[in-house]
Amino acid sequence: MWEYTDKVKEHFLNPRNVGEIENPDGVAEVGSLACGDALKLTFKLDENKRIKEAKFKTFGCASAIASSSALTEMIKGMTLDEALKVTNQDIAGYLGGLPDEKMHCSVMGKQALEKAIENYRGAPPLEEGAKIICECFGVTDKEIERAVRENNLATVEDVTNYTKAGGGCGSCHDAIAQIIEKVRSEPKTETKPKLTNIQKIRLIEETIEREIRPSLKHDGGDIEIIDIIGNRVIVATRGACSTCKASNITLKHFVEDRLKEFVSPEIEVEEVAK
Amino acid sequence: MSVIYLDNNATTQVSEEVLDAMLPYFREFYGNPSSMHSFGGQVGRKIRTAREQVATLLGAMPEEIIFTSCGTESDNTAIRSALTIHPDKKHIITSRVEHPAIHALCAQLATQGYRITELPVDKNGLLDLDNLEKNLTPDIAIVSLMWGNNETGVIFPVEKAAQMTRERGILFHTDAVQSVGKIPVNMKNNVIDMLSISGHKLHAPKGIGILYVRRGTKYSPFLIGGHQEKGRRGGTENTPGIIGMGMACELAGKNMQKENTEVKRLRDKLEKELLARIPQSRVNGDTANRLPNTTNISFEYVEGEAILLLMNELGICASSGSACTSGSLQPSHVLRAMGVPFTMAHGSIRFSLSIYNTEKEIDFVIEKMPGIIERLRGMSPFWNASRFSCVSK
Repeated sequence: MWEYTDKVKEHFLNPRNVGEIENPDGVAEVGSLACGDALKLTFKLDENKRIKEAKFKTFGCASAIASSSALTEMIKGMTLDEALKVTNQDIAGYLGGLPDEKMHCSVMGKQALEKAIENYRGAPPLEEGAKIICECFGVTDKEIERAVRENNLATVEDVTNYTKAGGGCGSCHDAIAQIIEKVRSEPKTETKPKLTNIQKIRLIEETIEREIRPSLKHDGGDIEIIDIIGNRVIVATRGACSTCKASNITLKHFVEDRLKEFVSPEIEVEEVAK
Repeated sequence: MSVIYLDNNATTQVSEEVLDAMLPYFREFYGNPSSMHSFGGQVGRKIRTAREQVATLLGAMPEEIIFTSCGTESDNTAIRSALTIHPDKKHIITSRVEHPAIHALCAQLATQGYRITELPVDKNGLLDLDNLEKNLTPDIAIVSLMWGNNETGVIFPVEKAAQMTRERGILFHTDAVQSVGKIPVNMKNNVIDMLSISGHKLHAPKGIGILYVRRGTKYSPFLIGGHQEKGRRGGTENTPGIIGMGMACELAGKNMQKENTEVKRLRDKLEKELLARIPQSRVNGDTANRLPNTTNISFEYVEGEAILLLMNELGICASSGSACTSGSLQPSHVLRAMGVPFTMAHGSIRFSLSIYNTEKEIDFVIEKMPGIIERLRGMSPFWNASRFSCVSK
């Protein structure tokens, strides 16, 4: 029996947003009956172009249904650009993790979301020039490359767990191994795995404690984290910093730079209103 | 929540009589049957009795029974023995629907220079004996075909197959793990050379198996060690397991009638009612040649693991041939060999009953299954579409 988290079980037994939106703004279908899992995603935008409603229909196992349910909850209220930043890691993280062999369920959610947004924007498929590597499950080289990059995969078995590629006849194993080698030889920064929110918050705290606070304290100042919203870190200045006219420069050019370096280049630091 | 256990082809409950027979041999009579003192010797006598009980169920002679640790060990021993006896013969014939104990072993042997011929089955899971005959060549070390299939319950004509191989001087082995205790198996009426049994499929505990080796059949042991089992299987005897196995075989003989009347009736009722109440469902496997306790039903447009987990919420235990339950990405090799469409294979559920199931339990499952399937079909992107396409036809 699979070791599912309580959150996976809960989303499987009480899935949110099951169904299809009539006249949706975006729609996508990924997977097939033959593959063993398939997902139809529909969404509607509000007047501010944020996702007002998202619904799914899924054929698949408990983790496929739970991943779909989680995805539709996560993207509500997001702009499409924000939604595109949701990774399969985020979906798995929202559910408290998925067994390795089931990671492809979260990848399916990510794919459906991208396709639905493409469908809305009428953009050409992002993966132009992609070619099918795994004939059994119809997985392209681009999809494999991305899964390897985003999840820091090292073996063919990992790739099968995350994308299904190589799970059928096995004749593409050499080709998958070559893709892994290619991606892993890219510069290291590219393969940095995307953090879940909790990992990110923890890393921000650690970085402040280790890299930032000692310098501030040296000058008699300090900062305190008030809130973390996405990549926005809201801080309050304390001690000498709170009265220092240059504290804004310190925040932008010291605190933010350190956090960009150690956590994510997308981090922005803001001072809470005094 | 009480458990409704319809997964008896996976494992069974140890029956009360079996447990009672075993218990004294853990703490009270723990002697080694090979010892010279009578404290150990009395255990040896009990093992003799167990061997006789097994032999009686099989219509065999006690010296034809070798106790092993499980069905897989018995299967491995039989194949390896044949290969050792016939070092010049590098060809094995088996089928495409065997248990992994044979299937995976043969796959490994294929990488070591052996030729493996896997006979196909038809859409009902049946074996074509004419095809077997065509494939019987002098380079074959052993033919191994299962008696009853664990996933579908389909029965192979192994007694006839054994006759065909005997006429050509080829060894014949059968994995009878699912058959013994459910259908009559009498070694006096056939010429099968070797046969595997597993204790935990017939209400004995896990960790005890049997390999039957017909008298006069050349044999080479797999586990090399002491002189236990007359040197045919080294290793100190699992005395409580062996004693439990003896009792389980005695009970299986007594309950055989019930398996083919009461258990079969409940299985048939379950199958008939589910097919009647759930549209687009069908049975996998030949219903005329089938173990009395097993039914394998596909529910189209839903996925097996999801079905099992919803059944689990109600305490109902069964199995599925879907890809998602196995950890591999392909549905059951048995259903694929039968050419069951993927759409059906992913939604297959195996119900396997035992003499301990009650009418009330079966009625509960019949009542609950339609709701489970409907709930999942309501979430499936294919269900509505398929219904409309049926209407338009």
